[in-house]
Amino acid sequence: MADPEDAKKGWFSRLRDGLRRSKSNLSSGINEIFAKRRLDEAALQELEDLLISSDLGVATAGRVTERLRRAKFEKNISPDEVRGALAEEIEKVLEPVAQPLEIGTEHRPHIILMVGVNGTGKTTTIGKLAHQLKEQGRSVMLAAGDTFRAAAIEQLEIWGERAGVPVVRTKTGGDAAGLTFEAVDKARSAGVEVLIIDTAGRLQNRQELMDELAKIIRVIRKKDASAPHHIILVLDATTGQNALRQVEVFGELADITGLIMTKLDGTARGGVLVACAEKFGLPVHTIGVGESIEDLHAFEARAFAEAIAGTGNKSEAS
Amino acid sequence: MFESLTESLSGVFDKLTKRGILKEEDVTAALREVRIVLLEADVALPVVKDFVARIKARAVGREVLKSVAPGQQVVKIVNDEMVAMLGGEAEDLNLAAAPPAVILMVGLQGSGKTTTTAKIAKRLVERNKKTILMASLDVRRPAAQEQLKVLGEQIDVATLPVVAGQMPVDIAARAISAARLQGADIVLLDTAGRMHVDQGMMAEVAAIKAASNPVETLLVADSLTGQDAVNVARAFDQQVGVTGIILTRMDGDGRGGAALSMRAVTGKPIKLIGTGEKLDAIEIFHPSRIASRILGMGDVVSLVEKAAETIEQEDAERLAKKMQAGKFDLDDLRAQLRQMMKMGGMQGLLSMLPGVGKMKNQMAGAGLDDKALKRQEAIINSMTPKERRHAKILNASRKRRLAAGSGTTIQEVNRLLKMHKQMGSMMKRMKKMGSKGMLPPGAMPPGMGHLLPKK
Repeated sequence: MADPEDAKKGWFSRLRDGLRRSKSNLSSGINEIFAKRRLDEAALQELEDLLISSDLGVATAGRVTERLRRAKFEKNISPDEVRGALAEEIEKVLEPVAQPLEIGTEHRPHIILMVGVNGTGKTTTIGKLAHQLKEQGRSVMLAAGDTFRAAAIEQLEIWGERAGVPVVRTKTGGDAAGLTFEAVDKARSAGVEVLIIDTAGRLQNRQELMDELAKIIRVIRKKDASAPHHIILVLDATTGQNALRQVEVFGELADITGLIMTKLDGTARGGVLVACAEKFGLPVHTIGVGESIEDLHAFEARAFAEAIAGTGNKSEAS
Repeated sequence: MFESLTESLSGVFDKLTKRGILKEEDVTAALREVRIVLLEADVALPVVKDFVARIKARAVGREVLKSVAPGQQVVKIVNDEMVAMLGGEAEDLNLAAAPPAVILMVGLQGSGKTTTTAKIAKRLVERNKKTILMASLDVRRPAAQEQLKVLGEQIDVATLPVVAGQMPVDIAARAISAARLQGADIVLLDTAGRMHVDQGMMAEVAAIKAASNPVETLLVADSLTGQDAVNVARAFDQQVGVTGIILTRMDGDGRGGAALSMRAVTGKPIKLIGTGEKLDAIEIFHPSRIASRILGMGDVVSLVEKAAETIEQEDAERLAKKMQAGKFDLDDLRAQLRQMMKMGGMQGLLSMLPGVGKMKNQMAGAGLDDKALKRQEAIINSMTPKERRHAKILNASRKRRLAAGSGTTIQEVNRLLKMHKQMGSMMKRMKKMGSKGMLPPGAMPPGMGHLLPKK
């Protein structure tokens, strides 16, 4: 199903392809503002608007603008300089949060719980992650904890087959917490290294669903007080400022340890990730850039910042 | 974040409405803040600019500056313009085609197409008494076809049997001929989620459309979408041609700015909104309500409707009579507390009220959350029927008994009684105002804060 053309390209070029439109949007915007022009108040205002429209959020946009004002106000400034400063600023925010998913060997199984709003791509991400871990020679087991959505279990089973890893399941409408309990037992007796647990999508303002998630976590802790070793919130790159709310509430109620951003192959900039990094400082592990099993990549601050700002190809080595 | 935004916006409007005379600078300053509010609500920048320019043109015009209450006038213009931009009147699905009428569902991955397809099917069966056939053309996402089949079983609507390996255009053709043979009125075609920049996939859905000649091509979009909403809507509209938009996850706490963006760039109506995970959680879109929501004014109309659904008719009539007689006893208050809990508790109600931010703070200050509702009910439950009818007889020793009986404190008992008293006097005032009926949509009801207990 995957386009063979796609498979040949490096991941960075794919991310860049994905971001190209948005990038050209932003950079042509920057060109428009700064071509042969002094950096005056009007120009700064336009730049701030432009950053906001890249989903960066008002705070980050304001800060970048302020930085430029201090450095270059009333000077003639080239579009390249603006882009450079922008990339630098974004990288500075993202750098501390770019942390790959470290799966140590001290816990067996190492338990990863995937959470998030409906339709962000949890199940697909689990499939990709399982494949990646399998490739690294780790033994993996999946738990189909989305017992709510029709055919979510079947969907995970197909990913399990593709990645060549076993899937623990129950029936649709079954008890997710009960299944989780069973999955931890099974992973233990099978001696697998990593257990990844899928959960049903839930909006963060739905209290009863968030309670249910808290229960799943309690059940896991009953089996292993140190687990889940990772609780990952999956964010959709097309989401706007509500992503901040998602990180905040899932952070409070589900102790999330890190983020994965999906669907970066569209024109969505994922700019809200910059705002999230600034506000919460949670690690960003990986990004999803397509539908095939290979399309999951480590999150790199420099590459991401450059892709958004539309600066050079310096770090295109993968 | 949303609270502070709402606060800042109502602050902007407050400032405006308090002024007797408005200068152009006042309007400009206010509109700058309106712009930020809209951007934070995820309304796309070009749409925001256009919108603000239009408001400004009207607001600095003669009619406003010379009117009696210029500030109020500006607020009204903002609201009116937004409603106009969102499409004015509500529009239902168009089914005017020779059966089987085809409805094609398109959108990004994870926007909720499959669930929405089943919701529409259920709605058309129940409301329009139509016979439906659903078919999944999603051959990409694992188990997508299975998902629609399961949903079909849940709502008792036929789905096209899956033939492994068949391509989407062929499945569409097979669905239409099957519908014709079965005598189905409507065929719902669910398609794979696709990125709007994926040329191959966009061409595929355009081909499906050409082959199936749908009466409705509905773009299903997540109401939490950010600035990219304009690109998505434009791409689907230009390359496929949509006839309407469906916004999903409107039960989230997003502001729904994507609605404004999508409507503005395509000019296509938002027809339906998804409001929950259950398969009957789909509603007609009312522009005025989302306008209020984007502006952080709350959704008073929906609140009133929800109240109407939840409140028992008899109770309501009984209460209305009592209110008219100027009587509002603790039995009535208890009934109200129970209704509030039924309607989703404080949090559910708050999300629909205007000026949510301010209220939330006051509520927290007054310790009035969902638990407080239960405690208040407990206090009333500890009263004798006579005490409930005549709150006046509650002296210190009775109050002590109530506190002990309900496991609360005397302070809490006093607070409840004070609240009851305030509500009673407010009802008297409302009586004086006459029964003008409910508030107009989007309007800020005066003195909403008085409903709250003060410390």
